Amino acid sequence: MKKTLLALAAATALAGLSAPATAEAMDKVKACFVYVGPVGDFGWSYQHDQGRLYAEEKLGDKLETAYLESVPEGSDAERAIERFARSGCNIIFTTSFGYMDPTNKIAKDFPDVKFEHATGYKREHANVATYDSKFFQGRYVLGQIAAKTSESGTAGYIASFPIPEVVQGINSFMLGAQSVNPDFKLKVVWVNTWFDPGKEADAAKALLDQGADILTQHTDSTAPMQVAAERGAKAFGQASDMIAFGPETQLTSIIDDWAPYYLERISAVLEGTWEQSATWAGMAEGHVVMAPYTNMPDDVKAMAEETAAKIKSGEFHPFTGPIMKQDGSEWLAEGQVAEDGELAGLNFYVKGIDDQLPQ
Amino acid sequence: MRIELKKRDGLSSLFSILSPFIALGLTLIAGVILFLLLGKDPVKALYSFFIEPLTEVWSLHELAVKAAPLILIAVGLSICYRSNNWNIGAEGQFIIGAMAGSILPVMFHGWQSPLVLPLMLIFAMIGGAAYAAIPAFLKARLNTNEILTSLMLVYVAQLFLDWMVRGPWRNPEGFNFPETRNFHDYAVLPRIIETGKTHWGFGFALIAAIVLWFIMRRTLKGFEITVLGASARAGRFAGFSDKKMVYFAFLLSGALAGLAGISEVSGAIGQVRPVISPGYGFTAIIVAFLGRLNPLGIVAAGLVLALTYLGGEAAQISIGITDKVTRLFQGLLLFFVLGCDTLIHYRIRIVTGATQKGSAA
Repeated sequence: MKKTLLALAAATALAGLSAPATAEAMDKVKACFVYVGPVGDFGWSYQHDQGRLYAEEKLGDKLETAYLESVPEGSDAERAIERFARSGCNIIFTTSFGYMDPTNKIAKDFPDVKFEHATGYKREHANVATYDSKFFQGRYVLGQIAAKTSESGTAGYIASFPIPEVVQGINSFMLGAQSVNPDFKLKVVWVNTWFDPGKEADAAKALLDQGADILTQHTDSTAPMQVAAERGAKAFGQASDMIAFGPETQLTSIIDDWAPYYLERISAVLEGTWEQSATWAGMAEGHVVMAPYTNMPDDVKAMAEETAAKIKSGEFHPFTGPIMKQDGSEWLAEGQVAEDGELAGLNFYVKGIDDQLPQ
Repeated sequence: MRIELKKRDGLSSLFSILSPFIALGLTLIAGVILFLLLGKDPVKALYSFFIEPLTEVWSLHELAVKAAPLILIAVGLSICYRSNNWNIGAEGQFIIGAMAGSILPVMFHGWQSPLVLPLMLIFAMIGGAAYAAIPAFLKARLNTNEILTSLMLVYVAQLFLDWMVRGPWRNPEGFNFPETRNFHDYAVLPRIIETGKTHWGFGFALIAAIVLWFIMRRTLKGFEITVLGASARAGRFAGFSDKKMVYFAFLLSGALAGLAGISEVSGAIGQVRPVISPGYGFTAIIVAFLGRLNPLGIVAAGLVLALTYLGGEAAQISIGITDKVTRLFQGLLLFFVLGCDTLIHYRIRIVTGATQKGSAA
């Protein structure tokens, strides 16, 4: 926690102090992307690739791109990043948390190349920026919809790793659900992977067997959506619009829209205005987008739209007190809003979640 | 109608030597067809696969880094397979070795001294050997099938590693992410040349290959391994103990796999993660056979296989093919190499007509 605040503070200071490393405009830029999954996962990596294609379309001849998919975290990632740095890439986007150390390591040896690491917190060199999205904003809306539409009053949550980003999502979902039904139940299964259709499907089945009738996931494949479709349950898509995999099943989906960010950062390199930064944007900036609300009654849809609009305008923050921790102690007092720094290191549940956070 | 493989009477030494080259030629032809079907320039594709990674110094270093664990494991396995001990569990021995070697930098990270690294290497070898001792004991004592036991122990090792890294060994400052602390400077395997990435793991691999080649060629132990591998009964007449050989082969290959594990973790990754090997222990089985169970052949085979990994990445970038094509291409290469080898030793006989009595089963 303390470390996050410190890291954030340091980043802000650095961003303020350091002059842009290259202040010269360029005619043409090469942007390169490292993906942890296949671009055809229809989830996380797919969305990053959509962002790449969008930037390519907008910038036309001025942009050349390349990508490597299914790059395992570890020594392979380091080699992949170094290969890009050596092959003339001006800016390299590394899109998985596990690429954090390799990214910083390579960045040291290539000061003229810009590095952008998604979801990490280390910016050890002036040419490393980080970016992430406030997915938890969308989760609150999902929680509300779940509590309104569930018949059993229980939702199932397929979670990946107990890192702050995922814990934020679970908490936010639960707070949203509790705002509609204070007795709502949430069951969590940790699959310890970002992308494993087999494991995700097993978790989905287990949750449905335990009485959940709505599924949500923080993993990247479409398997849970397909299991829910087979069983006649409802589900929320993840990362991209998964309606094609559950036309009768998907209620909505949190879409990660990296396109505006990629366009902005690549353009900054073109114009010579790129600077180190730590971006954490949400609905307001268009980084977190809700897919169309489907398979639900009109009143639920209206409620969801209203909540999303309030979050987008900044009128409402999902983490607004009073909020109790799982152990019953107070976290946020009436009206108090959680600070970004605290959320970035979140490692406890809010009250009412039927699970032990793996510690 | 059925197809039989029949052993050829005389072995053509010329074709034995040519076999890998024929295989390479066939792979190139299949590759050209494959890339043409995909609408890519085959010359450019093959260039980026096989030549481009060899044109730059940094890339040669990466080649050595990638080949090091493959060679180190495969030379150990070659002794196993020569002596007719089928150790399929090198992946597990790799993992347990890496974990045993990581005890000092992870649990006692405060103790920083030049002694740490040698101890890590020794722990790793002991760990790998101890883990290989389980299937060896079961085979020697209870006559269990070592293929099954060693393979199943891989999954045990993987899950144990997973549990440790998510639980007791998790970095307290790592935001709950499943990875250990970064190793301190004394725990990092040094580079062979300061300017490149090649770490001492590659050195160990070469040393192991040369030493084992010498043992196999020039010593009584090598003769013992070969004899017992060919026929345990004949070996017993010569006064060799096949039980002792089971232990020798497993402990040796386990120790080398463990050394490969700690070299990868300490030399290339710098911390322990839930997954530390993209299947080196299994790929090394292929490397061992590609190198015809000859330690020096294995060095070449390890480098060739590592080249296809690097070439695959280069091809993804330069001609924009997906990584699936890369895997397919690797598969083609192995298919042709093993196919050529088989057809040089065996010929295909197509038996037509009614099924003969007695051979129906």
